[in-house]
Amino acid sequence: MATLQVELVAVEKMLWSGEASMVIARTTEGELGVMPGHSPLLGELAPGGVVTIRTESGEDLVVAAHGGFLSVTERGVSILAETAEISTDIDVERAREALRRAEQDSDDPEAVAAARRAQSRLRAAGQDA
Amino acid sequence: MAGSLRALRRRIRSTQSTKKIFSAQELIAAARIVRAQARVEASKPYAREITRVLSALAGSASLDHPLLTDRENPRRVAVLVVTSDRGFAGSYNVNVLRRTEELLALLRDEGKEPLLYVVGRKGETYYRFRDRDVEETWSGFSEQPGYENAQDIGRTLIAAFTAGEDDDETGGGADDVLGVDELHIVYTEFRSLLSQVPVANRMAPLVVEEVDELRDDRDAQVEESRSSDITPSYEFEPSPEQLLDALLPKYVTTRIYAALLEAAASESASRRRAMKSASDNAEELAKNLSRQANAARQAEITQEISEIVGGADALVSANADD
Repeated sequence: MATLQVELVAVEKMLWSGEASMVIARTTEGELGVMPGHSPLLGELAPGGVVTIRTESGEDLVVAAHGGFLSVTERGVSILAETAEISTDIDVERAREALRRAEQDSDDPEAVAAARRAQSRLRAAGQDA
Repeated sequence: MAGSLRALRRRIRSTQSTKKIFSAQELIAAARIVRAQARVEASKPYAREITRVLSALAGSASLDHPLLTDRENPRRVAVLVVTSDRGFAGSYNVNVLRRTEELLALLRDEGKEPLLYVVGRKGETYYRFRDRDVEETWSGFSEQPGYENAQDIGRTLIAAFTAGEDDDETGGGADDVLGVDELHIVYTEFRSLLSQVPVANRMAPLVVEEVDELRDDRDAQVEESRSSDITPSYEFEPSPEQLLDALLPKYVTTRIYAALLEAAASESASRRRAMKSASDNAEELAKNLSRQANAARQAEITQEISEIVGGADALVSANADD
Protein backbone atom coordinates (compact mmCIF):
# COMPACT_ATOMS: atom_id res chain seq x y z
CA MET A 1 0.00 0.00 0.00
CA ALA A 2 1.25 3.44 -0.80
CA THR A 3 2.17 5.56 2.15
CA LEU A 4 2.80 9.19 2.79
CA GLN A 5 6.15 10.45 3.95
CA VAL A 6 5.18 12.80 6.75
CA GLU A 7 7.33 15.36 8.50
CA LEU A 8 6.09 17.26 11.49
CA VAL A 9 8.37 20.22 12.05
CA ALA A 10 8.18 22.74 14.84
CA VAL A 11 10.36 25.82 14.89
CA GLU A 12 12.71 24.52 17.51
CA LYS A 13 13.01 20.97 16.30
CA MET A 14 11.71 18.22 14.05
CA LEU A 15 9.05 16.52 16.15
CA TRP A 16 8.18 13.46 14.14
CA SER A 17 8.84 11.98 10.76
CA GLY A 18 7.84 8.72 9.23
CA GLU A 19 5.39 6.88 7.04
CA ALA A 20 1.68 7.38 7.41
CA SER A 21 -1.41 6.28 5.59
CA MET A 22 -3.42 9.44 6.14
CA VAL A 23 -3.15 12.94 7.56
CA ILE A 24 -6.19 14.81 8.80
CA ALA A 25 -5.93 18.53 9.40
CA ARG A 26 -8.10 21.61 9.56
CA THR A 27 -7.10 24.55 7.42
CA THR A 28 -8.67 27.97 7.62
CA GLU A 29 -11.05 26.79 4.88
CA GLY A 30 -12.13 23.56 6.49
CA GLU A 31 -11.36 20.02 7.50
CA LEU A 32 -9.18 18.06 5.14
CA GLY A 33 -7.86 14.54 4.83
CA VAL A 34 -4.75 13.76 2.82
CA MET A 35 -4.11 10.28 1.50
CA PRO A 36 -1.32 9.01 -0.73
CA GLY A 37 -1.56 10.45 -4.22
CA HIS A 38 -3.15 13.70 -3.11
CA SER A 39 -2.51 16.60 -5.45
CA PRO A 40 -0.01 19.21 -4.29
CA LEU A 41 -1.50 21.57 -1.78
CA LEU A 42 -0.51 24.44 0.46
CA GLY A 43 -2.75 25.33 3.32
CA GLU A 44 -2.74 27.47 6.41
CA LEU A 45 -3.76 25.51 9.50
CA ALA A 46 -6.66 26.93 11.42
CA PRO A 47 -5.63 28.53 14.73
CA GLY A 48 -6.21 26.22 17.65
CA GLY A 49 -6.35 23.27 15.32
CA VAL A 50 -5.43 19.66 15.70
CA VAL A 51 -3.61 17.49 13.18
CA THR A 52 -4.06 13.74 13.17
CA ILE A 53 -1.48 11.51 11.55
CA ARG A 54 -2.63 7.94 10.97
CA THR A 55 0.52 5.89 10.99
CA GLU A 56 1.09 2.78 8.91
CA SER A 57 0.18 0.53 11.79
CA GLY A 58 -3.18 2.24 12.07
CA GLU A 59 -2.44 4.19 15.21
CA ASP A 60 -3.44 7.80 15.44
CA LEU A 61 -0.87 10.39 16.35
CA VAL A 62 -2.72 13.46 17.49
CA VAL A 63 -0.84 16.73 17.49
CA ALA A 64 -1.74 20.17 18.73
CA ALA A 65 -0.29 22.46 16.09
CA HIS A 66 -0.50 26.20 16.36
CA GLY A 67 0.32 28.83 13.78
CA GLY A 68 1.26 26.47 11.04
CA PHE A 69 1.10 25.41 7.45
CA LEU A 70 0.41 22.19 5.66
CA SER A 71 2.29 21.41 2.50
CA VAL A 72 1.50 18.40 0.34
CA THR A 73 3.89 17.58 -2.46
CA GLU A 74 4.55 14.45 -4.46
CA ARG A 75 7.19 13.63 -1.89
CA GLY A 76 4.86 13.63 1.04
CA VAL A 77 3.35 15.92 3.63
CA SER A 78 5.09 18.51 5.76
CA ILE A 79 3.38 20.10 8.68
CA LEU A 80 5.03 23.31 9.81
CA ALA A 81 4.06 24.76 13.13
CA GLU A 82 5.30 27.53 15.38
CA THR A 83 4.42 25.42 18.36
CA ALA A 84 3.41 21.79 18.21
CA GLU A 85 2.90 19.14 20.83
CA ILE A 86 2.13 15.47 20.47
CA SER A 87 -0.95 14.50 22.50
CA THR A 88 0.93 12.09 24.75
CA ASP A 89 3.25 14.92 25.87
CA ILE A 90 0.45 17.30 26.73
CA ASP A 91 -0.13 18.20 30.34
CA VAL A 92 -3.91 18.55 30.50
CA GLU A 93 -3.95 20.36 33.84
CA ARG A 94 -1.48 22.94 32.65
CA ALA A 95 -3.35 23.48 29.41
CA ARG A 96 -6.60 24.01 31.36
CA GLU A 97 -4.87 26.44 33.67
CA ALA A 98 -3.43 28.32 30.68
CA LEU A 99 -6.86 28.47 29.07
CA ARG A 100 -8.46 29.80 32.23
CA ARG A 101 -5.81 32.47 32.61
CA ALA A 102 -5.98 33.47 28.97
CA GLU A 103 -9.76 33.74 28.97
CA GLN A 104 -9.75 36.20 31.83
CA ASP A 105 -8.45 38.92 29.63
CA SER A 106 -9.95 38.50 26.24
CA ASP A 107 -9.09 41.91 24.78
CA ASP A 108 -5.39 41.28 24.53
CA PRO A 109 -4.45 39.63 21.21
CA GLU A 110 -1.63 37.81 23.01
CA ALA A 111 -4.12 36.27 25.40
CA VAL A 112 -6.42 35.28 22.56
CA ALA A 113 -3.54 33.51 20.85
CA ALA A 114 -2.63 31.82 24.14
CA ALA A 115 -6.23 30.69 24.56
CA ARG A 116 -6.23 29.21 21.06
CA ARG A 117 -3.01 27.37 21.81
CA ALA A 118 -4.42 25.98 25.02
CA GLN A 119 -7.63 24.95 23.25
CA SER A 120 -5.75 23.06 20.59
CA ARG A 121 -3.69 21.32 23.24
CA LEU A 122 -6.82 20.25 25.08
CA ARG A 123 -8.52 19.09 21.90
CA ALA A 124 -5.47 17.07 20.93
CA ALA A 125 -5.48 15.45 24.34
CA GLY A 126 -9.09 14.43 23.77
CA GLN A 127 -10.58 16.84 26.31
CA ASP A 128 -13.35 19.35 25.91
CA ALA A 129 -12.15 22.84 25.23
CA MET B 1 62.44 42.37 51.70
CA ALA B 2 59.92 40.53 53.83
CA GLY B 3 57.29 43.06 52.70
CA SER B 4 57.82 42.31 49.02
CA LEU B 5 57.57 38.58 49.69
CA ARG B 6 54.23 39.08 51.36
CA ALA B 7 53.00 41.23 48.47
CA LEU B 8 54.07 38.59 45.97
CA ARG B 9 52.27 35.85 47.86
CA ARG B 10 49.12 37.93 47.92
CA ARG B 11 49.30 38.45 44.17
CA ILE B 12 49.79 34.72 43.58
CA ARG B 13 46.72 33.95 45.64
CA SER B 14 44.54 36.44 43.82
CA THR B 15 45.81 35.31 40.40
CA GLN B 16 45.00 31.75 41.28
CA SER B 17 41.50 32.56 42.38
CA THR B 18 40.77 34.58 39.22
CA LYS B 19 42.15 31.69 37.23
CA LYS B 20 39.56 29.46 38.85
CA ILE B 21 36.83 31.82 37.72
CA PHE B 22 38.19 31.89 34.18
CA SER B 23 38.41 28.15 33.85
CA ALA B 24 34.92 27.71 35.28
CA GLN B 25 33.63 30.20 32.71
CA GLU B 26 35.50 28.33 30.03
CA LEU B 27 33.84 25.05 30.96
CA ILE B 28 30.39 26.63 31.07
CA ALA B 29 30.92 28.22 27.68
CA ALA B 30 32.16 24.94 26.24
CA ALA B 31 29.03 23.15 27.42
CA ARG B 32 26.87 25.94 26.02
CA ILE B 33 28.43 25.77 22.57
CA VAL B 34 27.43 22.14 22.26
CA ARG B 35 23.88 22.97 23.28
CA ALA B 36 23.71 26.02 21.05
CA GLN B 37 25.00 24.07 18.08
CA ALA B 38 22.41 21.38 18.70
CA ARG B 39 19.71 24.04 18.70
CA VAL B 40 21.00 25.53 15.45
CA GLU B 41 20.81 22.06 13.91
CA ALA B 42 17.37 21.39 15.36
CA SER B 43 15.97 24.58 13.87
CA LYS B 44 17.15 23.76 10.37
CA PRO B 45 14.32 21.42 9.26
CA TYR B 46 11.76 24.15 9.85
CA ALA B 47 13.81 26.76 8.04
CA ARG B 48 14.26 24.36 5.13
CA GLU B 49 10.57 23.50 4.94
CA ILE B 50 9.35 27.07 5.18
CA THR B 51 11.78 28.07 2.44
CA ARG B 52 10.51 25.22 0.29
CA VAL B 53 6.90 26.20 0.85
CA LEU B 54 7.70 29.81 0.09
CA SER B 55 9.50 28.88 -3.13
CA ALA B 56 6.50 26.81 -4.19
CA LEU B 57 4.24 29.73 -3.41
CA ALA B 58 6.50 32.18 -5.20
CA GLY B 59 6.03 30.16 -8.38
CA SER B 60 2.27 30.49 -8.22
CA ALA B 61 1.33 33.74 -6.57
CA SER B 62 1.94 37.18 -7.96
CA LEU B 63 4.84 38.50 -5.97
CA ASP B 64 3.77 42.01 -5.21
CA HIS B 65 3.65 41.58 -1.47
CA PRO B 66 5.12 44.63 0.34
CA LEU B 67 7.71 42.45 2.05
CA LEU B 68 9.04 41.39 -1.34
CA THR B 69 9.08 44.59 -3.35
CA ASP B 70 11.85 47.17 -3.29
CA ARG B 71 10.56 50.59 -2.39
CA GLU B 72 11.38 53.58 -4.54
CA ASN B 73 13.96 55.79 -2.82
CA PRO B 74 14.07 54.20 0.63
CA ARG B 75 14.63 56.83 3.32
CA ARG B 76 14.65 55.20 6.71
CA VAL B 77 16.27 51.85 7.36
CA ALA B 78 16.06 49.63 10.43
CA VAL B 79 19.24 47.91 11.56
CA LEU B 80 18.96 45.08 14.06
CA VAL B 81 22.19 44.47 15.94
CA VAL B 82 22.68 41.22 17.84
CA THR B 83 25.15 41.51 20.73
CA SER B 84 25.61 39.59 23.96
CA ASP B 85 24.27 40.32 27.43
CA ARG B 86 27.48 39.62 29.26
CA GLY B 87 31.07 40.50 28.55
CA PHE B 88 33.98 38.11 29.03
CA ALA B 89 33.67 37.15 25.39
CA GLY B 90 36.82 38.59 23.86
CA SER B 91 36.28 40.60 20.73
CA TYR B 92 32.79 39.24 20.07
CA ASN B 93 30.84 42.42 20.73
CA VAL B 94 33.51 44.73 19.39
CA ASN B 95 33.44 42.90 16.07
CA VAL B 96 29.67 43.02 15.72
CA LEU B 97 29.56 46.69 16.64
CA ARG B 98 32.35 47.52 14.22
CA ARG B 99 30.53 45.70 11.42
CA THR B 100 27.42 47.67 12.36
CA GLU B 101 29.28 50.97 12.14
CA GLU B 102 30.46 50.02 8.66
CA LEU B 103 26.91 49.24 7.60
CA LEU B 104 25.61 52.48 9.12
CA ALA B 105 28.25 54.49 7.28
CA LEU B 106 27.34 52.74 4.04
CA LEU B 107 23.64 53.41 4.53
CA ARG B 108 24.28 57.08 5.29
CA ASP B 109 26.37 57.34 2.14
CA GLU B 110 23.39 56.06 0.21
CA GLY B 111 21.35 58.85 1.74
CA LYS B 112 19.34 56.64 4.05
CA GLU B 113 18.70 57.26 7.69
CA PRO B 114 19.53 54.21 9.79
CA LEU B 115 17.51 53.43 12.93
CA LEU B 116 19.00 51.12 15.51
CA TYR B 117 17.27 48.14 17.10
CA VAL B 118 19.56 46.42 19.56
CA VAL B 119 19.57 42.94 21.07
CA GLY B 120 21.80 42.35 24.10
CA ARG B 121 22.86 44.47 27.04
CA LYS B 122 26.36 45.10 25.70
CA GLY B 123 25.09 46.75 22.55
CA GLU B 124 22.61 48.71 24.61
CA THR B 125 25.31 50.19 26.88
CA TYR B 126 27.59 50.85 23.91
CA TYR B 127 25.04 53.09 22.25
CA ARG B 128 23.77 54.63 25.45
CA PHE B 129 27.31 55.61 26.43
CA ARG B 130 27.75 57.30 23.07
CA ASP B 131 24.37 59.05 23.36
CA ARG B 132 23.08 57.53 20.17
CA ASP B 133 19.38 57.11 19.55
CA VAL B 134 18.16 53.56 19.76
CA GLU B 135 14.62 52.73 18.66
CA GLU B 136 14.15 49.64 20.77
CA THR B 137 16.20 47.15 22.74
CA TRP B 138 15.74 43.59 23.88
CA SER B 139 17.97 41.79 26.34
CA GLY B 140 18.22 38.92 28.76
CA PHE B 141 18.26 36.01 26.31
CA SER B 142 21.43 36.36 24.25
CA GLU B 143 22.87 33.05 25.38
CA GLN B 144 19.70 31.00 25.10
CA PRO B 145 17.29 32.70 22.74
CA GLY B 146 13.81 31.25 22.41
CA TYR B 147 11.44 31.50 19.50
CA GLU B 148 9.22 33.89 21.50
CA ASN B 149 12.12 36.35 21.56
CA ALA B 150 12.41 36.17 17.79
CA GLN B 151 8.63 36.64 17.53
CA ASP B 152 8.81 39.73 19.72
CA ILE B 153 11.52 41.28 17.60
CA GLY B 154 9.87 40.20 14.37
CA ARG B 155 6.58 41.81 15.36
CA THR B 156 8.22 45.15 16.12
CA LEU B 157 10.30 45.19 12.95
CA ILE B 158 7.50 44.10 10.65
CA ALA B 159 5.18 46.67 12.19
CA ALA B 160 7.78 49.38 11.53
CA PHE B 161 8.23 48.08 8.01
CA THR B 162 4.53 48.04 7.23
CA ALA B 163 4.14 51.52 8.71
CA GLY B 164 6.87 52.73 6.37
CA GLU B 165 4.98 51.67 3.26
CA ASP B 166 3.14 54.92 2.74
CA ASP B 167 5.76 57.34 4.10
CA ASP B 168 6.67 60.32 1.95
CA GLU B 169 9.23 63.16 2.18
CA THR B 170 7.15 65.15 4.59
CA GLY B 171 6.20 62.55 7.16
CA GLY B 172 4.37 59.42 8.06
CA GLY B 173 1.97 59.38 5.11
CA ALA B 174 -1.60 58.23 5.44
CA ASP B 175 -1.20 56.48 8.80
CA ASP B 176 1.00 59.30 10.12
CA VAL B 177 3.45 56.83 11.59
CA LEU B 178 7.08 57.01 10.51
CA GLY B 179 8.16 53.55 9.55
CA VAL B 180 11.13 52.07 7.78
CA ASP B 181 11.71 51.00 4.20
CA GLU B 182 14.33 48.33 4.71
CA LEU B 183 15.29 45.87 7.43
CA HIS B 184 18.89 44.87 8.01
CA ILE B 185 20.38 42.52 10.55
CA VAL B 186 23.93 42.35 11.87
CA TYR B 187 24.89 39.20 13.78
CA THR B 188 27.81 36.85 14.19
CA GLU B 189 27.79 33.83 11.97
CA PHE B 190 29.05 30.63 13.52
CA ARG B 191 31.35 29.05 10.93
CA SER B 192 33.31 26.77 13.23
CA LEU B 193 34.59 26.65 16.77
CA LEU B 194 37.53 28.77 15.71
CA SER B 195 35.92 31.16 13.33
CA GLN B 196 32.92 33.39 13.93
CA VAL B 197 32.35 36.17 11.47
CA PRO B 198 30.10 39.20 11.90
CA VAL B 199 27.80 39.50 8.91
CA ALA B 200 25.23 42.05 7.78
CA ASN B 201 22.20 40.89 5.80
CA ARG B 202 19.17 42.60 4.38
CA MET B 203 16.00 40.93 5.64
CA ALA B 204 13.39 43.02 3.90
CA PRO B 205 12.43 43.57 1.21
CA LEU B 206 13.49 40.01 1.21
CA VAL B 207 15.05 37.79 -1.29
CA VAL B 208 13.88 34.24 -0.73
CA GLU B 209 17.03 32.27 -0.28
CA GLU B 210 17.32 29.48 -2.76
CA VAL B 211 16.96 25.98 -1.40
CA ASP B 212 19.69 24.68 -3.70
CA GLU B 213 22.30 24.04 -1.07
CA LEU B 214 19.76 22.32 1.13
CA ARG B 215 18.47 19.97 -1.49
CA ASP B 216 19.25 16.35 -0.99
CA ASP B 217 19.39 13.66 -3.62
CA ARG B 218 15.78 12.73 -3.27
CA ASP B 219 14.79 16.25 -4.17
CA ALA B 220 17.18 16.32 -7.06
CA GLN B 221 15.40 13.31 -8.51
CA VAL B 222 12.01 14.82 -8.01
CA GLU B 223 13.34 17.98 -9.57
CA GLU B 224 14.48 16.07 -12.65
CA SER B 225 11.19 14.31 -13.17
CA ARG B 226 9.46 17.59 -12.65
CA SER B 227 11.42 19.54 -15.19
CA SER B 228 10.31 17.16 -17.92
CA ASP B 229 6.62 17.67 -17.38
CA ILE B 230 4.64 20.71 -16.43
CA THR B 231 5.14 22.34 -13.05
CA PRO B 232 2.70 20.92 -10.53
CA SER B 233 -0.21 23.19 -9.89
CA TYR B 234 -0.72 23.62 -6.21
CA GLU B 235 -4.08 23.90 -4.59
CA PHE B 236 -4.16 26.72 -2.08
CA GLU B 237 -6.23 27.04 1.04
CA PRO B 238 -6.82 29.96 1.49
CA SER B 239 -5.81 31.96 -1.61
CA PRO B 240 -2.11 32.29 -2.50
CA GLU B 241 -2.13 35.99 -1.59
CA GLN B 242 -3.56 35.32 1.85
CA LEU B 243 -1.09 32.50 2.36
CA LEU B 244 1.78 34.78 1.42
CA ASP B 245 0.49 37.34 3.89
CA ALA B 246 0.59 34.75 6.65
CA LEU B 247 3.83 33.13 5.61
CA LEU B 248 6.17 36.04 4.99
CA PRO B 249 6.16 37.47 8.51
CA LYS B 250 6.84 33.94 9.80
CA TYR B 251 9.67 33.63 7.34
CA VAL B 252 11.21 36.88 8.60
CA THR B 253 10.80 35.65 12.17
CA THR B 254 12.49 32.38 11.26
CA ARG B 255 15.41 34.31 9.81
CA ILE B 256 15.69 36.37 13.01
CA TYR B 257 15.48 33.21 15.11
CA ALA B 258 18.22 31.56 13.06
CA ALA B 259 20.39 34.66 13.47
CA LEU B 260 19.83 34.69 17.25
CA LEU B 261 20.77 31.03 17.52
CA GLU B 262 23.92 31.47 15.45
CA ALA B 263 24.84 34.51 17.50
CA ALA B 264 24.36 32.54 20.71
CA ALA B 265 26.64 29.77 19.47
CA SER B 266 29.23 32.33 18.37
CA GLU B 267 29.02 34.12 21.69
CA SER B 268 29.75 30.95 23.63
CA ALA B 269 32.56 30.03 21.26
CA SER B 270 34.21 33.46 21.63
CA ARG B 271 33.74 33.34 25.36
CA ARG B 272 35.30 29.91 25.58
CA ARG B 273 38.28 31.07 23.56
CA ALA B 274 38.69 34.27 25.57
CA MET B 275 38.41 32.41 28.86
CA LYS B 276 40.87 29.78 27.69
CA SER B 277 43.55 32.34 26.95
CA ALA B 278 42.70 34.23 30.14
CA SER B 279 43.18 31.14 32.28
CA ASP B 280 46.36 30.25 30.38
CA ASN B 281 47.66 33.76 31.04
CA ALA B 282 46.68 33.57 34.68
CA GLU B 283 48.57 30.33 35.02
CA GLU B 284 51.64 31.81 33.37
CA LEU B 285 51.44 34.82 35.63
CA ALA B 286 51.08 32.69 38.74
CA LYS B 287 54.11 30.68 37.66
CA ASN B 288 56.26 33.79 37.16
CA LEU B 289 55.09 35.27 40.42
CA SER B 290 55.90 32.14 42.38
CA ARG B 291 59.39 32.09 40.82
CA GLN B 292 59.87 35.66 42.01
CA ALA B 293 58.49 34.75 45.40
CA ASN B 294 60.87 31.80 45.67
CA ALA B 295 63.81 34.00 44.72
CA ALA B 296 62.76 36.59 47.29
CA ARG B 297 62.40 33.94 49.97
CA GLN B 298 65.82 32.53 49.10
CA ALA B 299 67.35 35.99 49.20
CA GLU B 300 65.81 36.55 52.61
CA ILE B 301 67.26 33.29 53.96
CA THR B 302 70.68 34.03 52.50
CA GLN B 303 70.63 37.42 54.09
CA GLU B 304 69.65 36.01 57.46
CA ILE B 305 72.45 33.43 57.29
CA SER B 306 75.04 36.01 56.37
CA GLU B 307 73.79 38.22 59.21
CA ILE B 308 74.13 35.35 61.69
CA VAL B 309 77.54 34.39 60.36
CA GLY B 310 78.64 38.01 60.44
CA GLY B 311 77.36 38.35 64.01
CA ALA B 312 79.11 35.17 65.13
CA ASP B 313 82.36 36.29 63.49
CA ALA B 314 82.15 39.57 65.29
CA LEU B 315 81.64 37.79 68.64
CA VAL B 316 84.52 35.38 67.98
CA SER B 317 86.92 38.18 67.09
CA ALA B 318 85.79 40.19 70.13
CA ASN B 319 86.46 37.18 72.42
CA ALA B 320 89.90 36.58 70.79
CA ASP B 321 90.87 40.16 71.62
CA ASP B 322 90.27 39.51 75.34
